[in-house]
Amino acid sequence: MELSRRGFFKVAGAAGAGVAGSSRSAEAWQSRAPADPLGCLVDLTRCIGCRKCEQGCQTVNHLPAPDQPFDDLTVLDKKRRPDERAYTVVNRYYPGRRDDRDQLVPTFVKVQCMHCQDPACASACIVGALTKKENGAVHYDVTKCIGCRYCMVACPFEIPAYEYRDPITPRVMKCTFCYERVEKEGRRPGCAEICPVEAITFGRRSTLLKLAKKRINSDPATYVDHIYGEHEAGGTSWLYLSGVPFDRVGFIEVPHRPLTQLAESIQSSLFSYMWSPIVLFGMLGGLMWAFRNKGDRDNRDIGGQP
Amino acid sequence: MSVHAVPIRANFWTPGVLVLAFLMAAGAAAVLARFIGGIGYVSNLSTARPWGIWIGVDVASGVALAAGGFTTAFLAHILGRRYYEPVARPALLTAMLGYTFVVLGLIVDIGRSWAIWKPMIHWNFHSVLFEVAMCVMFYLNVLYVEFIPIVVERYKGRVSLPGPLSALNGVLEFLLGLAGTILSKLMWLFIIAGVVLSCMHQSSLGSLMLIAPTKLHPLWYTPILPLLFLSSAIAVGYPMVVFETTLATTSLKLDPEMRVLSPLTRITIFLLGAYLALKLGDMVIRGTYVHLLEGTAQTNAFLVEMILGVIVPWVMLLSPAVRRSRRWLFVACTLIVGGVLLNRVNVFVVGYRPPVSENYYFPSVTEILITVGFIAGLMFLYRFLVTYLPVLNRPGQEVSA
Repeated sequence: MELSRRGFFKVAGAAGAGVAGSSRSAEAWQSRAPADPLGCLVDLTRCIGCRKCEQGCQTVNHLPAPDQPFDDLTVLDKKRRPDERAYTVVNRYYPGRRDDRDQLVPTFVKVQCMHCQDPACASACIVGALTKKENGAVHYDVTKCIGCRYCMVACPFEIPAYEYRDPITPRVMKCTFCYERVEKEGRRPGCAEICPVEAITFGRRSTLLKLAKKRINSDPATYVDHIYGEHEAGGTSWLYLSGVPFDRVGFIEVPHRPLTQLAESIQSSLFSYMWSPIVLFGMLGGLMWAFRNKGDRDNRDIGGQP
Repeated sequence: MSVHAVPIRANFWTPGVLVLAFLMAAGAAAVLARFIGGIGYVSNLSTARPWGIWIGVDVASGVALAAGGFTTAFLAHILGRRYYEPVARPALLTAMLGYTFVVLGLIVDIGRSWAIWKPMIHWNFHSVLFEVAMCVMFYLNVLYVEFIPIVVERYKGRVSLPGPLSALNGVLEFLLGLAGTILSKLMWLFIIAGVVLSCMHQSSLGSLMLIAPTKLHPLWYTPILPLLFLSSAIAVGYPMVVFETTLATTSLKLDPEMRVLSPLTRITIFLLGAYLALKLGDMVIRGTYVHLLEGTAQTNAFLVEMILGVIVPWVMLLSPAVRRSRRWLFVACTLIVGGVLLNRVNVFVVGYRPPVSENYYFPSVTEILITVGFIAGLMFLYRFLVTYLPVLNRPGQEVSA
């Protein structure tokens, strides 16, 4: 009895030491974010809720036509989420501000994939079907996907949708940042190009951040002093400016550290060069050898007392 | 290997087995519906809730409750405690079937079932799931290899296929002999590899949720989640052996093996105690006990998991009277098994809170049917294999005889 107990504590202890060791190497974690990706700055104070971006997205990405036409603004009466048929949706909020005629002023919020700098979905993806591209896009390669949906579990913004109704070849559906269009044709994403009020500015992330800060500083009465996406989830390629606090218009609070850091640190500290499995294998082999003539291999009558 | 294990040769089609067959048929119909209409047709999974009971029960709990395989292998083969051999074989069978059904469950759950092999060529070393998948794949094969000697023992020198197939008799006989010879030399490698692979993926299953700090309830979300998963898997190994051995020996009217089971659960006091200490220590250090009495579904599920699933059975096992009583030992071990199962369901389903949508998830009838069908299939195969292969001890056979 004594022997088995000790043996078990060795195994458990080794695993425990490995996990404990991870806290030390957490600082060694390296971001794999592109240095200066492209991105989009959405200025909520400019958006008029025309849903043209939804239309542009549908056309460019050959998505199915919506149940209600894009010029039907009654769909704004309900809060929507991007789904397997629409990569982006616009929602209307009434955060409480009133105009001179005492009418509630709406704020419109376009929702789509944030294209994180260190995307949790890409870190999670079992086959690497999701990758962060140099140009900023979090790109999905359907030919690798097995449909485990771990990306959906990992995404802090609850963005990837799934073609649950397809029995054999379902896809993960999310904003592509119009990857091909941006990369190969040098054009802007469909939504940014079509926006009639320039609520969506396309450009280098560093430039967009400067622009956003300039807008806030030059008009502090209009903007809240917060660029959503500058630090959220370790930074995202899509950035937002708002005239009202973000939590009042549907934005969720997300840690400022990349979500990938903890799991990746633990994994790499435990399994780099497979050191822990090798050590464990050696320990167990040693135990087995040490006990080769002990235990009760030759004596069936030894038994513990209950 | 033990010389006591024999095929049971009991009447196979008992009423209980018929019930299993019925549940399997219902599950098969639901699986068929899934592959005709899609996951969305048979389940309540959504964008906000991508993982449901198929992951929580079939996969995560399936892996955890198959831990009897590597924990008994450690005891009986690495430490050479042959005394425990009578339960090591059934535990190996349960683990082999358990992991087989984990893979079957995954084939139903993943959207592109036919692409399940792709992780073998597309590697993402940053992905926790990739490591889990590789370990499960290798371990399943290790389990099959570990099971081969049981087949060899049964059929070596006795291969006699009927009719035209009899031409193959010589070939099969040769293969069985070869496998037996090679494996008797190399089995130690597979046994150690099995324990190593188990420790790796049992813990990494817990790491899976570390990437979703905003989604998993703070009662479960902790950086030591992998350690908790590993320690609970090790702790549930022997109680699971007691659970399944008691069920099997009762159903088949065999020797209850109490001489083996009682001392096994004495070890469990330490293993489960270690898990309990880790769990409580983690709660105190992170200060999450403030959530305990919030009265939500999640906090209540945590209380049930901890009190009924860990503390009560641990206190029960402290008593030698409980460890000697077949009935009370079964009750305590069932509670532990239920506690670990609930823990996995809590981590992957109950404790999961979509940050944006107020999305409530409860599995659909067809989702449940598929899970139940798989469990019935596992029990059916267990019954079938112990009937025809030497896994369990002969009725009334004393271990020391």
